[in-house]
Amino acid sequence: MEFTRAEVCVVAASDSWRNAGEVLAHAVGTVPALSARLARLTHSPDLVLSDGEAFFMSEPAPLGKTAADGGVVEAWAPFSSIFDILQSGRRRSMMGASQLDRYGNQNISCIGDWRQPKRQLIGVRGAPGNTVNHRTNYWVSRHSSRVFVEKVDVVSGVGNDRARANGGAALRFHDLGVVITDLAVLDYGPDGRLRIRSVHPGVTVEEVQRSTGFDLDGTDAVETRTPTSEELRLIREVIDPKSLRSREVPA
Amino acid sequence: MPERFFAIKPFVGNASVSGADPVPGRGVTSLSDKTMSVEEFASTIESGMTVGIGGWGSRRKPMALVRALLRTDVTDLTVVSLGGPDVGLLCAAGKVRKVAYGFVSLDSIPLDPHFRAARESGSVEIAEYDEGMFVAGLKAAAQRLSFLPTRAGLASDVLTMNPGLRTVTSPYDDGEEYVAMPALRMDVALIHLNRADAAGNGQYLGPDPYFDDLYSMAADRCYLSCEEIVPTERLREAPFQSLLIRRMYVDGVIETPHGAHFTSCVPDYDRDEAFQREYAAAAKDPESWSRFEEAYLRGDESGYQAAVADFASTGTRSA
Repeated sequence: MEFTRAEVCVVAASDSWRNAGEVLAHAVGTVPALSARLARLTHSPDLVLSDGEAFFMSEPAPLGKTAADGGVVEAWAPFSSIFDILQSGRRRSMMGASQLDRYGNQNISCIGDWRQPKRQLIGVRGAPGNTVNHRTNYWVSRHSSRVFVEKVDVVSGVGNDRARANGGAALRFHDLGVVITDLAVLDYGPDGRLRIRSVHPGVTVEEVQRSTGFDLDGTDAVETRTPTSEELRLIREVIDPKSLRSREVPA
Repeated sequence: MPERFFAIKPFVGNASVSGADPVPGRGVTSLSDKTMSVEEFASTIESGMTVGIGGWGSRRKPMALVRALLRTDVTDLTVVSLGGPDVGLLCAAGKVRKVAYGFVSLDSIPLDPHFRAARESGSVEIAEYDEGMFVAGLKAAAQRLSFLPTRAGLASDVLTMNPGLRTVTSPYDDGEEYVAMPALRMDVALIHLNRADAAGNGQYLGPDPYFDDLYSMAADRCYLSCEEIVPTERLREAPFQSLLIRRMYVDGVIETPHGAHFTSCVPDYDRDEAFQREYAAAAKDPESWSRFEEAYLRGDESGYQAAVADFASTGTRSA
């Protein structure tokens, strides 16, 4: 069965929603959004999906479409309720990262000194709150040493070292899961550091390590699982017929 | 104006500014008429004020009120906003000393270009918060509390970027330590809804109230612009749950059709994506920005709307 790197990424990201339970899937980016839909249609039927606006949809909405375009609304969830939901813990995130360090500290705020940044990014947005309230995973569409850095410029999403050092309320619900990239799946060892869980078909451990700005243990790395024919059918025919995935992860 | 951002400002009540006589012929039981023009609104804003702006990103922003501020000589504002082009335009016009925000995004364009430029040139002070922290700050302000505890921000650089932030320890046996998010109290709040009556009862007809009710309660004075002012009895044409804003928090009502343009005001209109792209492209260099200002921002609100109509019909700005 032929498949693309983008499809491997969607399936690997989909696996990150396993055992999430009946929670709101918060997914930022094309691959994360597709992955939550795929999870919902396969192994995680209880997952709750929103239309990206104010509604939860009982069936996955086409990418970029909202309740206004049709579909069955199962709940109303304006932004004000989203912050209540995330603090209640019934939510799981997959966010992007402009920078990520070995402990999973994430930066989406700005590059350089925050007082006068070299490059203003989108700001910390919800990352500080997400990471201390519920499971947070990351998606990196271009695995490189520009993203995986020794030290991030602004800690937006809280990493394992900082959560542990702070302890208390910062650690109680802190729960970093995996980092999915276009090359590999990373997870965190008992020391809280990122390591390679699996490399995508056609990628070597050395290639992943070369593309990372800090030492990354690849001792136990296996190969990322390949998509099943049913997953490929769902991705190609149901969830992403326009192949937006290949724009985020070129073939 | 005194420095009031972060200073825990005592609540002084939402004084009515109108004091108008009852509408002739309708007797003393009719509600007070708080309607005013955009110019009358703008004349109440003073330099140095803390101004909260409702909506979210590039959605249901009181843009006609913002445009009216651009035409004044007001400066040194502290803007409190889940920001979009409201923040961008005020920054571009040099009106802003400080921005307190959860983000400044145009939604379909991730970052407002004027805000980006202001940040990268260091021309504005900032208080960047996690979005949930920002909401906690609005709630504290609305409830006349000095702060509200939240987990959001703990162990992150939000505490580094806002050295004034403090934590608070639970007085109960758990002894948990939280961020004490200070009240984001404002001098004035500006919000835009689909409909309102002349007394300031406001109705939203779109999918999301955002936090406009909190803004109205978090400010000493609140100005509500709307697509249409309707008689009070017509407010029940939509479900009661759409009645978001209560008149006791509103001091001025301004009818501004298309007043949220180019942000969305569903169901009256969606975001004008073509115009937003024009705005973002023009922001890229000073020359094209001054052409944009000349075409759209030099005249009054009706001039703006006429120029936008031209843009819509020709796809280009008027000469």
